[in-house]
Amino acid sequence: MSKVILETRGLTKRYGGVHALEDANFVLHEGEHVAVVGDNGAGKSTFVRQITAVEQRTSGQIFFDGREVNYAGPLEARESGMETVFQNLALADDLDVPSNLYLGRELIKFNLGPFSILDRKAMRERTQAALDRTAVRIPNLSNPIRNMSGGQRQCVAIARAAAFASKLIIMDEPTAALGVQETGQVENIIRGLKERGVPLILVSHNLRQVFDLVDRIVVFRRGRIVASLRADETDGNDIVSYITGVKGQSDVAYV
Amino acid sequence: MAVSAVSARTDSQSRPVRPPEMNVFIGLLVIALVFEALGWLFIGQSFVFNLQRLQIIILQVSIVGIIAIGVTQVIITGGIDLSSGSIVGATAMIAMSFAQSSDYARAVYPALTDLPVIVPILVALVIGGLAGSINGALIAYTKIPPFIATLGMMVAARGVAKWYTKGQPVSFPTESYAWIGAGLNPVIIFLVLALLFHLALKYTVYGNHTYAIGSNQQAARVSGIRVERHLVMVYAIAGMLAGIAALVLSSKNVTAQAGMGMMYELDAIAMAVIGGVSLAGGRGSVVGTALGMLIFGVIISGFTFLRIDAYYQEMIKGVIIVAAVVADVARQQRRAKAV
Ligand SMILES: Nc1ncnc2c1ncn2[C@@H]1O[C@H](COP(=O)(O)OP(=O)(O)O)[C@@H](O)[C@H]1O
Ligand SMILES: [Mg+2]
Repeated sequence: MSKVILETRGLTKRYGGVHALEDANFVLHEGEHVAVVGDNGAGKSTFVRQITAVEQRTSGQIFFDGREVNYAGPLEARESGMETVFQNLALADDLDVPSNLYLGRELIKFNLGPFSILDRKAMRERTQAALDRTAVRIPNLSNPIRNMSGGQRQCVAIARAAAFASKLIIMDEPTAALGVQETGQVENIIRGLKERGVPLILVSHNLRQVFDLVDRIVVFRRGRIVASLRADETDGNDIVSYITGVKGQSDVAYV
Repeated sequence: MAVSAVSARTDSQSRPVRPPEMNVFIGLLVIALVFEALGWLFIGQSFVFNLQRLQIIILQVSIVGIIAIGVTQVIITGGIDLSSGSIVGATAMIAMSFAQSSDYARAVYPALTDLPVIVPILVALVIGGLAGSINGALIAYTKIPPFIATLGMMVAARGVAKWYTKGQPVSFPTESYAWIGAGLNPVIIFLVLALLFHLALKYTVYGNHTYAIGSNQQAARVSGIRVERHLVMVYAIAGMLAGIAALVLSSKNVTAQAGMGMMYELDAIAMAVIGGVSLAGGRGSVVGTALGMLIFGVIISGFTFLRIDAYYQEMIKGVIIVAAVVADVARQQRRAKAV
């Protein structure tokens, strides 16, 4: 099998007494698209936040691109080549599309420390190019994104991730708030990533979508990984029984 | 393809959004015209076409305007600064004590008279910047709400102003210090600073991060912006601008008193909010605040012009502040409904 790009060993996160994530052992290979499914509160977003260093884990190890990593914050994770589309859109509504795409890593014309002059023209051109690649059409890039539809905003967030991700993209329920057609467009972007060979972790509630898009499905239940199944060797009923706990609990005890 | 459906709202979006400053500017014109009409009606003279009056208006508001430039940036981050008036008081006292002339026998530091003017200027920047940094650090690192943190500073800095000379005014500055706020200099200083921070907000990384933090602090953080550090910087800049206002004000009055700058913070906040800076954060500009400042000045001097009693002016000022905030809240609600 191809090289491992991401691995977690015993990844654990507790919020006070809440065991949000317990002993998660997870592997993602190069070029692979994996879905993470599970009930509300199963720990999926918590898992994402530990990998991306938005929060600091309680214990466990993370290996990325061949070495163990201990990122101090999300910027380090991004700089190492992983990009994330967070569940609650991580966009600044009052900024325009280019400023959002380049938030935290603005292109500059002239370095004056914090007062460095923005290169708005270059940011605009490259944003247009990134959006073209993902077939996202935004009428006026200079308007604040506040006025855009949910689908367009999500496409901006995904285009941002796709534009910068060199080694891994993580999407936490990217289509949860979208209509049918907008969902279709996001799925097209994901297919494009598959063609480009960019590995993906897709957190989703939509089993139809999951079976359409990914190679493997990982099921979370009450903070634990209870199953990891190849999409072509399982079916919806099987997954649902793992999600609801009909299957899985006794298996874990035997392993 | 699905593309057409996603961009179905093209019509309303392809047009650039009209800058909100335009509305503020129209508001300024309308208010000036109303006073013009009332002037001819009741006083028998023009309100607007009077060079001397225009000069007085702009001179009156430009010192608070300097503070409002800093307050604008603080409000854009989603914060508020109630301490600027008190910082003016404390800074004016301390800076002036390093600007006294040897002609005066009872200087605060008799050994430190006739210092070059750069000394009190640096003192003012350091004191203002320090007070602002404390505000920023409290807000960013201890997560105290900005309202509370800067309220604490408001009380404490006023205390410093009174303690510094046990309530005695500090007077008799050197000629070069007295020059800072002389003539139309306050207006020029305001214009230079306004231009500088207009450019900083619009064309630099600093500006983008300031808007991003006020717009969605969570997004700013996960995008890798060092939110805490940035907030400290914004509050420090606001403190420094209050320090500059203290220089100009104490120089213009050729004296510093512990009560200086009292309530300036509210005038500055009002100018920003009238100018379209949203208390919810993320929106507003220095240009808007400058226009808000002019509206503020026109209304106040309009009432003087109509010979309305000073007591009423205070009341009307209160009404203006509340009205500006009510309008801002209404704008936010309309926007929330539209989404
Ligand atoms: N910051 C937090 N503080 C306390 N508890 C949290 C926090 N974030 C998540 N949790 C809890 O952790 C569990 C997992 O949540 P989450 O990862 O958001 O689930 P999912 O994304 O699978 O719906 C839930 O019980 C949730 O209430
Ligand atoms: Mg979640």
